[in-house]
Parts: sequence; C-alpha cells; structure tokens
Amino acid sequence: MDIPRYWRLKDQRYRLQGTVCEDCGHYSFPPRLVCPNCKSKRQKPFAFSGKGTVFSFTTIYQTIERYQDQVPYLVALIDLEEGVRITAQLTDVDSDEVEIGMPVEMVVRKFYADGDNGPIFYGYKFRPIATGS
Amino acid sequence: MEKVAIIGIGQVPVREYWDKSLRELGARALLNALEDAGRDQIDGLYVGNMMSGTLSEQEHLGALIADYAGFTGVESLKVEAACASGAAAFRQAVLAVASGQKQCVAAVGVEKLTEFSGRRASDALAEAADADFETSLGLTFVALNALVMQRFLYERKVNRDDFALFPMLAHRNAVHNPNAMFHHEITFDQYKKAKMIAEPINLLDSSPIADGAAAVIIVPAKAVNASNKRIVDVLASALATDSIALHDRPELLRLKAVEQSVKRALDSAGITLRDLSLFELHDAFSIMSILSLEASGIMSAEEALQKIKEGYFDISGSLPIATMGGLKGRGHPVGATGIYQIVEAVTQLRGQAPEPIQVAHPKYAMTQNIGGTGATVVTTILKGQN
Amino acid sequence: MNDILRPIKSVGIVGYGAYVPRYRIKASEISRVWRGEQDGNHLPIKQKSVPGPDEDTITMSIEAGKNALKRAAINPKKIRALWIGSESHPYAVKPSGTVVAQALDIFPANTSGDMEFACKAGTEAMQAALGYVGSGMAQYAMAVGMDTAQGRPGDALEYTAAAGGAAFIIGPASEALAELEGAFSYVTDTPDFFRRNYEKYPQHGNRFTGDPAYFHHIRAAVQTLMEGLNLKPSNFKYISFHQPNSKFPRKMAEELGFTKEQYTTGLLSPLIGNVYAGSSILGFTATLDAAQPGDRILLASFGSGAGSDAFSFVVTERLLQAKAKAPSTRWYIQRETVVDYTTYARWRGKIRK
Repeated sequence: MDIPRYWRLKDQRYRLQGTVCEDCGHYSFPPRLVCPNCKSKRQKPFAFSGKGTVFSFTTIYQTIERYQDQVPYLVALIDLEEGVRITAQLTDVDSDEVEIGMPVEMVVRKFYADGDNGPIFYGYKFRPIATGS
Repeated sequence: MEKVAIIGIGQVPVREYWDKSLRELGARALLNALEDAGRDQIDGLYVGNMMSGTLSEQEHLGALIADYAGFTGVESLKVEAACASGAAAFRQAVLAVASGQKQCVAAVGVEKLTEFSGRRASDALAEAADADFETSLGLTFVALNALVMQRFLYERKVNRDDFALFPMLAHRNAVHNPNAMFHHEITFDQYKKAKMIAEPINLLDSSPIADGAAAVIIVPAKAVNASNKRIVDVLASALATDSIALHDRPELLRLKAVEQSVKRALDSAGITLRDLSLFELHDAFSIMSILSLEASGIMSAEEALQKIKEGYFDISGSLPIATMGGLKGRGHPVGATGIYQIVEAVTQLRGQAPEPIQVAHPKYAMTQNIGGTGATVVTTILKGQN
Repeated sequence: MNDILRPIKSVGIVGYGAYVPRYRIKASEISRVWRGEQDGNHLPIKQKSVPGPDEDTITMSIEAGKNALKRAAINPKKIRALWIGSESHPYAVKPSGTVVAQALDIFPANTSGDMEFACKAGTEAMQAALGYVGSGMAQYAMAVGMDTAQGRPGDALEYTAAAGGAAFIIGPASEALAELEGAFSYVTDTPDFFRRNYEKYPQHGNRFTGDPAYFHHIRAAVQTLMEGLNLKPSNFKYISFHQPNSKFPRKMAEELGFTKEQYTTGLLSPLIGNVYAGSSILGFTATLDAAQPGDRILLASFGSGAGSDAFSFVVTERLLQAKAKAPSTRWYIQRETVVDYTTYARWRGKIRK
C-alpha cells in the first residue's frame, strides 16, 4: 500500500497542481524545486487548467502487476495549454478514435484499487474534450 | 589520468537459468574473465545490476559477488543506472584504475530475471521510469518507448514496417554467437504479424529480457605489454544523463544524453565517427536503435532506415552494428547488457568472433548502453591492437 | 398533515451539474443473456447507462460537482458542506465527500459525510444543504446524488440499475438560478427494497415496490407540498419524479394530474435506466436546462425504506447566463457508446481476471 505517496500527491493527482516560477514565469508539472528554465528556486503552486492536446499515445497490451486487469488501455503524452507536457492515461475513448493533436481535458478517475480491501487510488486522466451543450 | 586497458573478458550465455542463482552467474562471469586475463587477483570490483532487490530479494551485490568469487575483503560495490548499469559499472572501474587508486579492477554486469513471474519483471523494469508521474499511472517501460515511436512515425512519416530490418539483422548475427539467447532468424512476415505489446511496438521490436552475466578486467595500460594482440585500450568512457520522465524533454525524439556522451567520448578518444569499425548500439527497441544512430551523429533516423536496406550495418557493411546479435538477438539481461556489449566489442577487436560475424580488421569499436528511455547513456570507445 | 419545510433565509440553487457515464447496455442485450429474448417488447426501459471501468460514485461526483461550480462561478472554498447521497459509496468506511472536496478545492473548511437513503439519498443531501444555508450556518453548501447501481445478474433489477447523478450548490436566493419555494419530506418504515451489510446486490421485499412504497410516498409528499404552497399541477412548467423505470413516473404524474408536457423533459429513465440516488435530480437538471425565468419546477424523489422528498423551485433570470457554462444533461445522455454484456460484466466486476 503506497498510501503516503497517494496522500502526498493528492493535489497533483486531483487538481493538477504544479508550480510556476516567480522569476521567469515558467510552468512545471509535476511541481519543481528548481526552475528548469532559469534555475530559480522561487516556485509557487499553480493549478493547471487541464485542457490540452495529445502529443503521442500508445495502447498497452502487457503491463505491470497493479494494472493487469485493465489491459488494453491507452496512455498518452499531453501538451497542456499552459505549455507543459504531462503523462497520463486516456479514458472514455477507443484506441481507433485517438490521434495526435486531439483536444483532451482532465478528469479524475480511478487509477487502481489496492486489492479487495485496500484503498482506492484516484487521479488525473484525460478524455476527448466535452464541448456539448 | 592513467590510460587503461582491458586484459580479460568473460561471460555466461544469455539464457533463462532456473538452475543458477544471481551470485553464481556473476561470479562465473568474473572467474571466466580472470581466466581469460591470466590473473587470479583483483583489487576492486564494480557490479552493474538493476533489479536484484526486486527480482531476487537481494541487494548488497558488491560484497555478495566478491565473497562468492573468492575475493572477500576487496573493495566492491553495486552500480545502478537502470539498463545502463553495466556500462556505468565499467565507467566506475575505469575511473578507479585511471585515477591510480587501483591496479586491477573487474566490472561485472549481472541480472537475474527469472526468479519470479514475468509480471514482476515488468514491474521491476518500470522502476527505471518516474514512479510518481509515469509508472504509478500505468505506464510500462515498453509504453514509454512506444510513445516515442508513435511520435516518430507521426513526425517523420516513415513506414512502420521498415523497422523490421533492425531486429532481422540482430537475429541474423545472433545465429553465430554461441552466447546469444536466440539462434534463429526472423522474417519480415513474422515481424509484420508479431503481436503488439504497446502499439506501435510489437514483440519483435523488443529485446527479450533474460538472465546473464559478463565481466571485464581492467588494468593500467602501462602495466601490460603493448604488443599483446589480446589487449584492448579503453580510449573513452563517457556517461551523460537526461530527464528521467519523457514529459520533461522538450524534444521527445532527441536523445540528448546520447549526443552528450558520444561527443564527450569522441573528444576524449581523439577520433571521429568515421574511424569506427563497429558500433554495438542499444537496440532494446527498434526505435531506440535508429534514434541512437541519429543522436550519435552517425546519420539521420530516416537515413538509417534506408541504409539498413543497402547492407550498411551488416558485418561486411560500412558500420556493422549488433555484431553478436545486439540486445534483440543476444538478449537483454538488463544490468549486464552494457558489459556484454564491451565483451563483444573486445571479442571483435581481438579478431576472436565466430567467422561469419567477425568484422574485418576492426580498429575502433564504440558501444553504447542506454538506461531508461535515454535518461542515462554510457558511450565507450575501445581500440584494438590491429 | 404537517407544515411544509421552509428555511429562515431565502435560498436556492446557485449552480447545478449533471453527470452520466458514456456507456450504455441495451435491455434487449441483458434479456438475450438471461431470458432468451422472451421479453419481447415488455422490457422496462430501452437501455441503461454503464460506468466505465475507472468510474465510481466519487469520480462521477467530481465531474458533476465541477459542472455545478462552473455554473455557480463562486470560490469553491466558500462551500462549507459537501454531502453525497448514494447507495454505492466506494468505501463502507471513509467518506466519498473527502475525496470530492479535495478534488473540487472545497477543502478543508467544510463538513462532509456520506448519506444513504436508497434512491432518495441525493435529495436527502439537498434537504440538509438547504437547511444549512437557510439557517445562515454557511453561505454555500453542495449536495450530490450519485450512484453506480448494481442488480444481481439475471434479476429484474439488472435491467434498470444504472449510473449517473447530479450536484447542486445551494446558496442565497439573491444569487439563485432557481429559488426554493418550499419542501416536504415524507417517511415511513416500509421494507420494499434493501441490501444488507456485506451483500453485493439489493433485493425487493415482496411486491411492495409499487403501491405501498413508490406511489404512496411520492403521492403524500407532493400533495402535501402543493397544498402547503397553495399550488395546483397546472402551476408547474416541469416535474421530475424518481424514475426506477419508464412506467412508474408516468403513472404517478398522470394520477396526480400532471401532463405529458410537464413530465417528458425530465423523464430520462427510458434512455439511461434508474440512476438511483441520482434519478429524480438528474431529471431535474434536464428541466433546468430547458427552463425559462419564472418557470416553476416540481422535484420529488423516492427512496426505498421508504420516503419521498418534494421540492418546488422557481427559475430566475440568472439561469439563462449559467446554463451554457457546463455540458447539458442531454449532451451526456446523447454521447452514448453501447457495450455488450461481456464488456459490461467485466467492467462491473461480475467476471474477474
């Protein structure tokens, strides 16, 4: 049970909380101690909008233990509109519907449950953008 | 800094060893290398390994292997840099001798993947990636490479099937290497029909993980007879790193750590890429082969996909690669791979490779060991006595 | 009968949000597997919604809550209570609301406990929120009714047990999209339907479902509310009742004197099934999507066990601005992807690797 990891990362996983550099304005997700752009250590929390586009993607057929019962599933690199790239699963979409450049938005979904009696871990995934009215 | 030379090499065939433990494999490779070197003592040992903790429930490999091989008391430790652990251990061994601190050092790479189920091996391999922001979200090691390959296919507009020639070449060479895991060729048709692991990477794009161990013995160059044809000089060993997570790389298709380590290695060796007689690259996945060729400055990825059709990378070609089968044909015993590459390059430079895969009159060989999806890269340049 | 319920301060809905998962299974597909298609045209609904494999009451509440926040356009930290009514809370012990409050940035200055009252757990949460804000305890409170209901494979319940729901932010009437006129709750001990601890699937008690349960409780709640407010059925533009199937809400509406024009907009069960704690309130969000200022809307839930909460809301000008800020309920209903029984069985944990 990686409860401390889950607990520690909840604001990242539920709300895409990263950092923005107070000196050069560079955005980071995950949060950084040191700005990758200007090396400043003055980083403050910043919650990303969760809107972006697919930069690359793959369908996973063989996977690690805790995701065994989910195959096949999609993962992607996503370029957020703030100019930061993030790795995440895609959800609510079939593999033949996905293409590079597709607009997507962040939703909170289940990552996995720790067996039948352990905690359930939630966090960000991305799905085709919900524009409908 | 002292110049250093390799005086002995040893390996065990890459296999699934249900009957041999991690320590047996490591010590066997080490003793084989010492026998090859004609020595019976070392004063330093660096063990390259990635996953012994997860897959054999065994850490502390420095003391373990030293003890089991009969060198209790010697300075020894484990070096870990994911799939680049082997060459990273070699790099430490070179530094130890070059600094003048040590006189005869062994670098051993060892990995044992078959102690537990294959799933556990997938978990352990994925530990090379970012646990908080890649692996725990469901990313596998293959998936990370697949993200790179998918983007490559999109940006460069090349035919996916052209990748087939890389694993086909590796298998063709492995047939003649008794230490290789595979001794069969694969066909274009088989490649096209191979099942997907993480689209667009299929089974035949992927090197098989297996058990293995290899070792080299390093001494100051001045301590050996330069006329000995079996001595191979270490001209350079350079390690560079990049962001561990793919999402932190501004240019996904650019392996910057490859660029940096190759540049440092060439500068230090004082040679150019044109001087190379062979290149043992890190073909863990077909996509890694061509991006490594590109980032090393040898040729663009598109050109590599073209040149391989013309036999450029064959044993008799302009720049032979994966001469003993590469990771794809010889097998990829993760933390041992970097040492296998060096052992194979030494074998070529000595002219001791099996005849069908012996490169003619090789002088300079380059090996490149890549950890993760390019986060640690070690490039080594060796010179034979030809 | 008693007086109707009214808070001290005038309150209303300042934001609402719907959520229905993307997937559907046809009732005919369930029938094919268990009954050899002998049901013909007698199926209770056309299809029902199915949550994706990574969805549960918590994730669905987060999305509905986000939609409500978009329409309310308020600082989430000002929401001082978050109550989620559901019969499918992912944990038996650990509130769904803590995860949702963290994800919606409502935390940490809020109260949050899970509510359970079968299919009226959502309106139970609304009653509490209306009272919390109406008493002046808090400026805003969020109430969610959300479910990923399960029926035993082959059981009649399997045709309708579905997933979806809605979230509401309750606040001052001056900011409301729809103001509360009054409410009434009616409860008796009626064991029409229940699920014991540690049981995966619920069951019906005899044939109590219709008359002593559903019809009796809604009838009592709605009639008392209308009497208390001095209103007739014709005073309402729309109604949304609990929708366990297609038939019951129609029959109830007609018996109480409501017309097809009044109940059709909010009647979603034929297309998505019975979303339990989300059922009547999801229908209510569909009527809000359609409503114009001045329209009066009647909402009445039914929860087994048994009880009904009835509410009368009057739409304000503010609704017009708020509607388009989040996806409509119809949009969620129309984005359907049909899955077969095997996929449904895998996703719902009826078969396991």
